Amino acid sequence: MYKLDSNGEVNPKDFSTEAESHDYIEDLAQIDGSDTAEFENVGVETDDSNRSATFILKDLSVVHCKSKQEGIEVLKITEAMDKYDWLKDYMWKDISPEKDIYTQQASESPGEGFFIRAEKGVVSKRPVQTCLHISKEGFAQNVHNIVIVEEGAELHVIAGCSTARHAERGLHIGVSEFYVKKGATLKYTMVHDWGEKIFVRPRTVTHVDEGGVYISNYISMKPVGSLQMNPITYLDGKDSIARFNSVLVAAGGTDMDTGSVVVLGAENARAEIISRAITTGGNIIARGSIIGNVPGVRGHLECKGLILNDGLLHAIPELEAHAPNVEMSHEAAVGKIDQREIEYLMARGLDEDEAISTIVRGFLNVDIEGLPPSLVRKLDRVIADTQDDMM
Amino acid sequence: MLRIEDLRVEIGGKAVLQNVNLHIPAGETHILFGPNGSGKTSLMLTIMGYSNYKVTRGRITFKGEDITYLPIHERARLGIGVSFQRPPTINGLSLRKMVEICSSDREANVDHLAEQVNLSSFLERDVNANLSGGEIKRSELLQLSAQQPDLVLLDEPESGVDLENIALLGESINALLNRGVKRSGSDVHKGMMQKRSKSALVITHTGHILDYITADRGQVLNNGVMQCSQNAREILKWIREYGYQECMTCTN
Repeated sequence: MYKLDSNGEVNPKDFSTEAESHDYIEDLAQIDGSDTAEFENVGVETDDSNRSATFILKDLSVVHCKSKQEGIEVLKITEAMDKYDWLKDYMWKDISPEKDIYTQQASESPGEGFFIRAEKGVVSKRPVQTCLHISKEGFAQNVHNIVIVEEGAELHVIAGCSTARHAERGLHIGVSEFYVKKGATLKYTMVHDWGEKIFVRPRTVTHVDEGGVYISNYISMKPVGSLQMNPITYLDGKDSIARFNSVLVAAGGTDMDTGSVVVLGAENARAEIISRAITTGGNIIARGSIIGNVPGVRGHLECKGLILNDGLLHAIPELEAHAPNVEMSHEAAVGKIDQREIEYLMARGLDEDEAISTIVRGFLNVDIEGLPPSLVRKLDRVIADTQDDMM
Repeated sequence: MLRIEDLRVEIGGKAVLQNVNLHIPAGETHILFGPNGSGKTSLMLTIMGYSNYKVTRGRITFKGEDITYLPIHERARLGIGVSFQRPPTINGLSLRKMVEICSSDREANVDHLAEQVNLSSFLERDVNANLSGGEIKRSELLQLSAQQPDLVLLDEPESGVDLENIALLGESINALLNRGVKRSGSDVHKGMMQKRSKSALVITHTGHILDYITADRGQVLNNGVMQCSQNAREILKWIREYGYQECMTCTN
């Protein structure tokens, strides 16, 4: 049961879509202690003074959903569909329910999800935080999320996903559709903290209009049974920009197949995909694909991986140009820590372990803008753990 | 301070240094001349303890302690510091962090030190990333000024440095060795003289650096063999006049 088939797929029907409901919690400080710790691990702060809005989904139940800033709307997706008739035009727009067995499941037995909208010209003063949490053993969490950043607005979302420690097995299917309108900015920082027998299948499509900016940061440093995602971003508007930063750490038992696809479809659209992957025994496939469809677009792909002691790292950078006068490049490197770097640091007084952890920390130090201090601390902790793993 | 006796070193089974003897007393600066490929850098990296360099005979003592087989970081902590010719870039590690690492638990005003070598604007960049030849030298000296080693090993400090910057570099080296004449703060000459100067081994191919720093002694390394221990300026005169060819005849 719950085994991947030869195609790396898991049967959604093997999981239950039923779960007991959880009570709504008005005040974040009232959240149960063990939940709090798990939420905090993925960037959710239960003291929400540094957040514009919070959305928390536990199994099937939205346990908290509140915005504190005018012009930043956060709703359950079911509620939003009732409220806004036009929202149906944004649902399943560029992801077909027939895409694969997971999208099929998500459309056949829709669960909850979030709807976040920054109104025209509104700048989120602080990040909006969301958490999708699985606490029931053997549960299939199907979510559908929509984020709309209207013209000239700016929104930062910190999206955490986690599993309760007691829940061993589970499936998370997340269909997400993001819309960045003219001159708007969406910064989406996603932190995953799953478990060794959790199957994760996010399916995300983003559209960016003229002059829009989409920045996606992805961090997954804890073991995950099987993660497979390859979000597609369409830069539809002139001068639109997309930047992806991923930090992946795979301990033994982890299977990650992640990437990003960016379609450069308008004049002067620019994309940058940067990933840093470290395996200490797990498997990582790091994909990246930039497709240039019109002249005058630019894209760069950088995919770097370290194998510390054991594991698989498969970097698959792809560039596709369908027009003249495009500038697209990629840089991929997979290997071990350079002995020269270790000895250089030792010559400055660090012992070998300290030198290695300094290099690993630097390696993972991609420029993730606006990472909250709690996440920076977590990053440091995980790096320390990673080092223990490989020693 | 440093004593090397009858040292033989191999890389991958091939001898790169043979019966090397060298003594650098406390407070002295020695110059090591030699043509390209003569083993100068090998000697330096052997003194530092780099893993590629296998000592197959002889020994190295530093401050009276046998360090021949000590790991690199223990030598660094004992007080040996190197300015490398081609240090690697460490992605994601800023020069500021690196200088902090060098200063260990000593107090170091990183901004002030960086200002001294004109590297303030480089502090937040990755260490050694896309630096010019001269910038690398200054970055290395900045790190050493935080590390404060008692024995400084400088590998071709003048190579790749343009004329305008070489004076600044010489000054920085003198400051590092406590041999400068530039007053810092309230130091008067007497006070400065009382500070013990550090020991140094300076590798040079061209000898240009001698116009800027004071040398107590010089030696020529030729084909892995040390020869001709005498006044550094005299050696340089010979080399300038006759080239390293003349040194070859000494070996034979």
